[in-house]
Amino acid sequence: MKATVLVRPKAGILDPQGEAVQSSLRQLGFEVTDARVGRLVDLEVDTADPHEARAQLERMCEQLLANPLIESFEIEVTGAA
Amino acid sequence: MIGRRPSVAVIAFPGSNDDHDAEWALSALGARTQRVWHAEAELPNVGAVVLPGGFSYGDYLRCGALARFSPVMQAVARFAADGGLVLGICNGFQILCEAGLLPGVLLPNDSLSFVCRDVEVTVTNGETPFTARCDEGDSLTIPVKHGEGRWFADGALYDEVRRRHQIVLRYGDDDTNGSSGRVAGVCNADRNVFGLMPHPEHAVDPLLGSGDGALILASMLDAARVPFAAAV
Repeated sequence: MKATVLVRPKAGILDPQGEAVQSSLRQLGFEVTDARVGRLVDLEVDTADPHEARAQLERMCEQLLANPLIESFEIEVTGAA
Repeated sequence: MIGRRPSVAVIAFPGSNDDHDAEWALSALGARTQRVWHAEAELPNVGAVVLPGGFSYGDYLRCGALARFSPVMQAVARFAADGGLVLGICNGFQILCEAGLLPGVLLPNDSLSFVCRDVEVTVTNGETPFTARCDEGDSLTIPVKHGEGRWFADGALYDEVRRRHQIVLRYGDDDTNGSSGRVAGVCNADRNVFGLMPHPEHAVDPLLGSGDGALILASMLDAARVPFAAAV
C-alpha cells in the first residue's frame, strides 16, 4: 500500500521555521497570520491490507517518524502500490 | 583502586566529528580512551562512555533520531541501566534524549541561527558524578556550537525534571538558544547519565579560552575510577 505521513509541530510548540516562513511571506505582500512547518513522508508498505498498513504506520510514527513530545502525526493510506 | 587510570569508550557514529577532541581531552586528563564504532554490539570493559558531538547520520529526520538505532546504543542503554556513567555532548545529548535515556528533546534554536561562542553556564546541581568538582552556583565558561540546542520539555515533564534535581546546568543568559528554563544540561533520575549542549572537551586548557570544561570531564573520571561493583 502507498501511504503519506504528515508530521506537524504540536500546538504550543515554538516553531521558528514557521515564523521565518511567515515573515518572508509577509515581505512578499501576503497577509499571512500564521505558518507552521512540518514534514511529509511518502511510503510504500509491503502489504495489500490497508488496515494492516495503517497499524504498521502508526507504530512507525510512534517509534521513529514523529517525536511524541513535540510532534503530532496524521496517516493517509492512499491506495495500492 | 583510586589512582588507577580510568578507561573511557568514545562512541563514533557516522558523522561524529568531536570524537578525536573528546579522546584528546580525556587523555590529557589522565584517562585511557578507546574509540568504539557505532556498529559494535558490545562495549569494552570501561568505566564511562562518551557520546561525542557532531552530526550523526547527517541530522536526518531529527537530530539524534537515527543514531539511537545504531547497534552500540543497545549496549549503551544496558551499561546505563547497570549504573554506568554515560556523558552525551551536543549531538550526543540529542541522541540520549531521542533514545529516552534523558528527558526532553533538542529543537532548532529559537533564533534559527547557528550559535558558536563561549557561554556562561551556572551549575545548578553539584551533586552528580559529572559536577562533583563544582559547587552549586559556580559559573563555568564553555563554548557551544549548535543549530539545534533548544532543550524542550512541556510543563509537567519540566516540573518533574526540576523537582528531581535533574537540571544540572543553566545558561547564564536568555539568548543562547531559547531552552526551557535556560537549561543547558540535564541528567537522568539516577544521575549516571548526563547530557549537555556546551562542549567541555573544547575547554580544558586556559590557552584556548577556558579550562572550565575540565571540571566536568575530571569529575566524571573521578567517578569512573571507582570500580563499578563498588559504586553500586
